[in-house]
Amino acid sequence: MKVLVPVKRVLDYNVKARVKADQSGVDLSNVKMSMNPFDEISVEEAVRMKEAGTATEAIVVSIGPAKAQETIRTALAIGMDRGIHVLTDEDLEPLAIAKILKAIVEAEDAQLVIAGKQAIDNDYGATGSMLAAMLDWPQGTFANTVETSGGSMTVKREVDGGLQTVKLTLPAVVTTDLRLNEPRYARLPDIMKAKKKTIDAKTPEDFGVDTTPRLKTVKVTEPAGRSAGVIVENVEELVASLKKEGVI
Amino acid sequence: MPYTPPIKSMKYLLHHAVDFDAVLACPDHSDTTADLVGDILDGAGRFASDVLAPTNWAGDQTPAALSGDAVTTSPGFKDAYSAYVEAGWQGLGMAVDHGGMGLPQAVSVATGEMTYAANMAFGLCPMLTASAMKAIAAHASDDLKAKYLPKMVTGEWSGAMNLTEPQAGSDLGPVRTKAVDKGDGTYAISGQKIYITWGEHDCADNIVHLVLARLPDAPEGSKGISLFLCPKYFVGDDGALGERNSLKCIGLEHKLGIHGSPTCTMEFDGATGWLIGEPNRGLACMFTMMNEARLFVGVQGVAIGDRAYQAALGFARERVQGRTLGKQETIIGHPDVRRMLMDMKARLMGARVICMATAVAGDIAASHPHEETRKAAHIREALLTPIAKSYGSDVGISATSTAVQVHGGMGFVEETGAAQHYRDSRIASIYEGTNGIQAIDLLARKIRRDGGAGMMALIEELSQIPALLVMTTAETGVRLGSSRDALEQSLATLREATQIMLDIDEADGLGGASNYLMLCGHIIAGCLLIKGMCNGLLAGDPQAENMQKLVWYHALVVMPEAGAHLNYLRRAGRVLFDYPEIALGDL
Ligand SMILES: Cc1cc2nc3c(=O)[nH]c(=O)nc-3n(C[C@H](O)[C@H](O)[C@H](O)COP(=O)(O)OP(=O)(O)OC[C@H]3O[C@@H](n4cnc5c(N)ncnc54)[C@H](O)[C@@H]3O)c2cc1C
Ligand SMILES: Cc1cc2nc3c(=O)[nH]c(=O)nc-3n(C[C@H](O)[C@H](O)[C@H](O)COP(=O)(O)OP(=O)(O)OC[C@H]3O[C@@H](n4cnc5c(N)ncnc54)[C@H](O)[C@@H]3O)c2cc1C
Repeated sequence: MKVLVPVKRVLDYNVKARVKADQSGVDLSNVKMSMNPFDEISVEEAVRMKEAGTATEAIVVSIGPAKAQETIRTALAIGMDRGIHVLTDEDLEPLAIAKILKAIVEAEDAQLVIAGKQAIDNDYGATGSMLAAMLDWPQGTFANTVETSGGSMTVKREVDGGLQTVKLTLPAVVTTDLRLNEPRYARLPDIMKAKKKTIDAKTPEDFGVDTTPRLKTVKVTEPAGRSAGVIVENVEELVASLKKEGVI
Repeated sequence: MPYTPPIKSMKYLLHHAVDFDAVLACPDHSDTTADLVGDILDGAGRFASDVLAPTNWAGDQTPAALSGDAVTTSPGFKDAYSAYVEAGWQGLGMAVDHGGMGLPQAVSVATGEMTYAANMAFGLCPMLTASAMKAIAAHASDDLKAKYLPKMVTGEWSGAMNLTEPQAGSDLGPVRTKAVDKGDGTYAISGQKIYITWGEHDCADNIVHLVLARLPDAPEGSKGISLFLCPKYFVGDDGALGERNSLKCIGLEHKLGIHGSPTCTMEFDGATGWLIGEPNRGLACMFTMMNEARLFVGVQGVAIGDRAYQAALGFARERVQGRTLGKQETIIGHPDVRRMLMDMKARLMGARVICMATAVAGDIAASHPHEETRKAAHIREALLTPIAKSYGSDVGISATSTAVQVHGGMGFVEETGAAQHYRDSRIASIYEGTNGIQAIDLLARKIRRDGGAGMMALIEELSQIPALLVMTTAETGVRLGSSRDALEQSLATLREATQIMLDIDEADGLGGASNYLMLCGHIIAGCLLIKGMCNGLLAGDPQAENMQKLVWYHALVVMPEAGAHLNYLRRAGRVLFDYPEIALGDL
């Protein structure tokens, strides 16, 4: 089974995001960028499937600027077999990404896509589901555990208040949640080997996909800061103030 | 306390300030691209910040402990060590023939900095293993190499260096540990070694001790010392671990810092050892890896200084105290706090570039296709090594002290971790040859032995930088006049100081050696930073603009400190001995 993992290059999770002065977006100049943490989990899962023999080939895809190649190489160093880089300097929306991925899935004849449940930069959380819908494949989102046997896959999903188990018939799309696995650290020998693996260079046009934005960003602002709290004397006062605030 | 690997700074300096690209152009490194180096630094940085850094505090608070003759390392160290081995970092700098990755030393310096910054006490173990491997690879028999190197290069077995004895520290001549030929190709080693870093511990399966000892008929002093390999566990021909050798740890030191690093008193009680290299040539064998070890101690200074700097910066961005004149509400808005932060940053960048230049010289010396170039680079490496060691460690100590100051009262109490960095940094100017010994090495072996030729060649090269400044202004329109003034003056200072050190009599020279070394450090650092600034501006590097401001500070504040050292040298060592020794105690 061929597995495809899309990865996104995002602002590093340790970096505090700063809004651009003109409020057009987040300032990404000269700040540390890394692989979206959910995508690291997807990569780890795909590599484990390869190691277990359930996957025959694991392909990593990134759609983004030239620097996205670094993100692909990170995944290759963890153990993915080869990469596809779709070069674009635009910040594509989930719909456009899903369309490109669909074209790649079909060209590669992949049977499983493992994607992060969301990217930590814009938090859309839409790409995986859109892709499944367009392919007309079953989807197991927010995966906490996955198990493949024969032509099907059992996915335990993280839902409010517990875990929901679904059984998918392959081919399918899975999106990963934080507890699915703990990604390994790249080993030095594997980082060295990664440079010998191939990365195919593509563009959105190669797939004949219309990437015109459907959304317009009006304004980006910092979240409101927390205002100072008050210290209450006793439980009665606490309950009273909570009632006053309309919280209870 | 989080740690952010300074990968951007490292890459900037590697590509703009030191000629790392010339290293990558050497045939030995034809497979190593700048991209690959970037990936390696990212991988090492991530490992350092995520796996090693979280164990640093535990190492300080719960030192390694001895019970019987077994050493239990600090909480978390064993797991971190296994992860280090699993991730394959130990082999980074080792030659491919010996199972390593054969990467340039400049890369080891960068990854080493991150390891030491994350946890210096831990980082000493891989450092000593690397040193021991280098000595074995260069001088041991093929049998010993085949038996020990494969497991050392993975880190499954670690290495330890057993030189020091109570009466033999800076001067190893009086080493008394005895080696007696057993007639079967092995020797019986007996004696006591002190201060042996990672001499005993529970992280690796075996420990390979390199021991300096004296054969019965050996000449007195340093010409009668031989080097031996004594494993903690014997190794069978099949590579399996056998019986325990008769050597053990009989004590651990209580120290000012690096509590997580076990500093062992080792007792060798007729332990079986194998000779490395020729009899009585032990110190020479040691010296082949001494350059590298000294460089890495300088890197430790930079590393721990940078970690402390990061903590100070974080604190200064949070702490509110007093009304600031600027925009910022926290103490980072106070000019004096800004001064401390700028000062740390500029000095650390300067020490880092010296370490990198030293490593690059070593790489060129090892790998360049032309013999002349290799020879010149070898001289450069030898010249820069004592400067890298001393300047790096001294800058580190001053930065960790300043970082305590930025923290105010919180710096003096332990919980912020600033105090730990201060304590940890302090060892770097002492071990691997004290900074005083480095200064003497610089003066006697590196300056006076060749009549100053090596230093003059460096000055010649640095004298190209003013032209680079002019060209940078011509091409980019950025005005760099103050850097040029500082540069010209510094080069004149370096020339005059070097001439004084060549002409001076021996005693006065020894009295001025440390001042001369600091002078060299400030100036070489400043020159290389200016070069890096120019090349960055010319290449349109987005970081160059900030680098320009940092370099300006360095040229205005740090480089001119060389002038005070020059004044001292002009009066030579006389000021020291005119004051009667007896009066030192006259209170
Ligand atoms: C934490 C720690 C770890 C160590 N790890 C190891 C290890 O793994 N293996 C090992 O073999 N050793 C190790 N050492 C020993 C270390 O290398 C020595 O402590 C160091 O070389 C200094 O020797 P000493 O302590 O005998 O000081 P001394 O040599 O007595 O020096 C005392 C002072 O006199 C000065 N001085 C001495 N001789 C001269 C001279 N000729 N000219 C001018 N000044 C001079 C020194 O600069 C110093 O300031 C370690 C030490 C420590 C503290
Ligand atoms: C061991 C110890 C014993 C002590 N004993 C006593 C005691 O007996 N009684 C008592 O009352 N207190 C005591 N103190 C408190 C001590 O006086 C304060 O820690 C000290 O005044 C610094 O204040 P701070 O810790 O709040 O640091 P901060 O004031 O927060 O200073 C942090 C940094 O900001 C700088 N800074 C702050 N304001 C400015 C400014 N306006 N301009 C420029 N730079 C600025 C400081 O120089 C420092 O580098 C003690 C502290 C310690 C650690």
